[in-house]
Amino acid sequence: MRIQEIREENPKVKTFVFHDKHCAEANSGQFVMVWIPRVDEVPMSLSSVSSNGFSSITVAEVGEATQTLHERKIGDVIGIRGPYGKGFVLTSGTVMIVGGGTGLVPLMPLAESLAKISAKISFLAGAKSRNELLFLDRIKKVVSKVDVTTEDGSQGAKGLVTDLAEQILKKEKFDMIYACGPEKMMLEMFLLAEQYNTPFQASLERYIRCGIGICGSCCMGEYRICKDGPVFSGGQLRKVKDEFGLFKREADGRKVSL
Amino acid sequence: MSSRLVTEIAGLKLTNPTMLAAGILGLSGAFLRRVAEAGAGAVVTKSVGLKPRIGYPNPTVVQVDCGLLNAMGLPSPGIHSFGEEIKEAKKGGVPVVVSIYGFSPRDFAEAAKVAVEEGADALELNVSCPHVEKTGSEIGQSPRLVAKVVKEVKNKVDKPVFVKLTPNVADISLVAEAAAKAGADAVTAINTVRAMTINIETTQPVLANRIGGLSGPAIKPIAVRCVYEIHRRVEVPVVGCGGIARWQDAVEFMLSGASAVQVGTALAFEELDIFKSITEGIAAYLERMGFRSVKDIVGLSHQH
Repeated sequence: MRIQEIREENPKVKTFVFHDKHCAEANSGQFVMVWIPRVDEVPMSLSSVSSNGFSSITVAEVGEATQTLHERKIGDVIGIRGPYGKGFVLTSGTVMIVGGGTGLVPLMPLAESLAKISAKISFLAGAKSRNELLFLDRIKKVVSKVDVTTEDGSQGAKGLVTDLAEQILKKEKFDMIYACGPEKMMLEMFLLAEQYNTPFQASLERYIRCGIGICGSCCMGEYRICKDGPVFSGGQLRKVKDEFGLFKREADGRKVSL
Repeated sequence: MSSRLVTEIAGLKLTNPTMLAAGILGLSGAFLRRVAEAGAGAVVTKSVGLKPRIGYPNPTVVQVDCGLLNAMGLPSPGIHSFGEEIKEAKKGGVPVVVSIYGFSPRDFAEAAKVAVEEGADALELNVSCPHVEKTGSEIGQSPRLVAKVVKEVKNKVDKPVFVKLTPNVADISLVAEAAAKAGADAVTAINTVRAMTINIETTQPVLANRIGGLSGPAIKPIAVRCVYEIHRRVEVPVVGCGGIARWQDAVEFMLSGASAVQVGTALAFEELDIFKSITEGIAAYLERMGFRSVKDIVGLSHQH
């Protein structure tokens, strides 16, 4: 598959656009396995899905595979298999979307889908600092209310996105909370959702090998992130309380603290 | 569940003849428990060795037209960190077979001993992984080495020992015979078939390890033939494995000589209720054909 377009989202994050008929039918929250020849194959959430066949992944430079991908040019070949996994279930009522860092990636197509059916969307976007914020222009196109937080206060409210979420939850009631970001942040949002008795969905990340539910590398308790997830409901997460937000599995399968 | 489905293999009592194949999802005890609860008659863990092992970099699994190609490289937490998973898996209420690999007969025996101490109901010796050097099929291609491994393991543990065989040999029944003579309680046939795929746009092999093993529908007729040849030569029970996705596949394997069947690759394309749909299908078949027990159809095709 050839890279059709490359967009720089912030100093560390690029979006790569490609054309694939399978991805055109993806649900928001689904992911693809991206093969970077000679280097690695890594799971990536789709950052856009469109009916004309153009889809994208949005990738932060964090390791060897993503560094190599960042060096790729328009016209270069990457492998895409998928889309895989279970995406977000859409809700027509009042929803809160909470994203941290590159966790915003799967939430972006979600917001675009929800914009067509939800009564009201409250979007909370958090990052460490202003140059790590993502997609603000794209979010504003579909959502009327966007709250921004940065840990260093360089844009929006200073502090954690979960703190802001809690302030809002004290005052307003939602039919669904959607979250994606660092797992500790998602755990925090899950606990808030439980506290405020609100349905919850979060998109989780793990070391994924096969992507299709057979190798077991990404297991969290009784679930496979790649096939039973990556999006899980609050009810499912209650069943894996011993692991969610606490442990992950290394490449050799051993559980280690997050 | 129908009583016609109850069977016994190497002393293990199974409520039905379906098992989860090794290498599939078997790293997490909680997931193995879920597979048991979904209807598998027994579960086999992922192969575990003495030491932790990371396995190969991705791509480790590639989908091809007729199945899956994989070279995971035996990732494993090591048997000493696996006890908790075995205990969790056992909560599923079905026999837990721990798959073991090693680089020497001694490795196998040592890992087997720990597995049994941690609660393994049986062991399956992986002498058939086609893509890691100095173990797997490099052992499994030699009847002499297989016998050595089996003897050493049997000396150390008193639980049933299954030996999973590689089809990448001239005559698989000779290896099965060597295993049986050395004391194996059952053999599992087959592991994956050595294979590879190349991406024509980049001109390079897709798997990071280049060569891997093929599983799924493509290898089913090979596996049926292997089970048939083994059943003809040895007395010990055979567990069939290779491309089983429907009850018809399971019945075909049993007719060829399998006492039980393992499901693996199909789980990439189906949900976990596949175990239930296969067992229900077998039960209906037995009833329709007038068989009182699933044991009655094992090897039935050999009459012809």
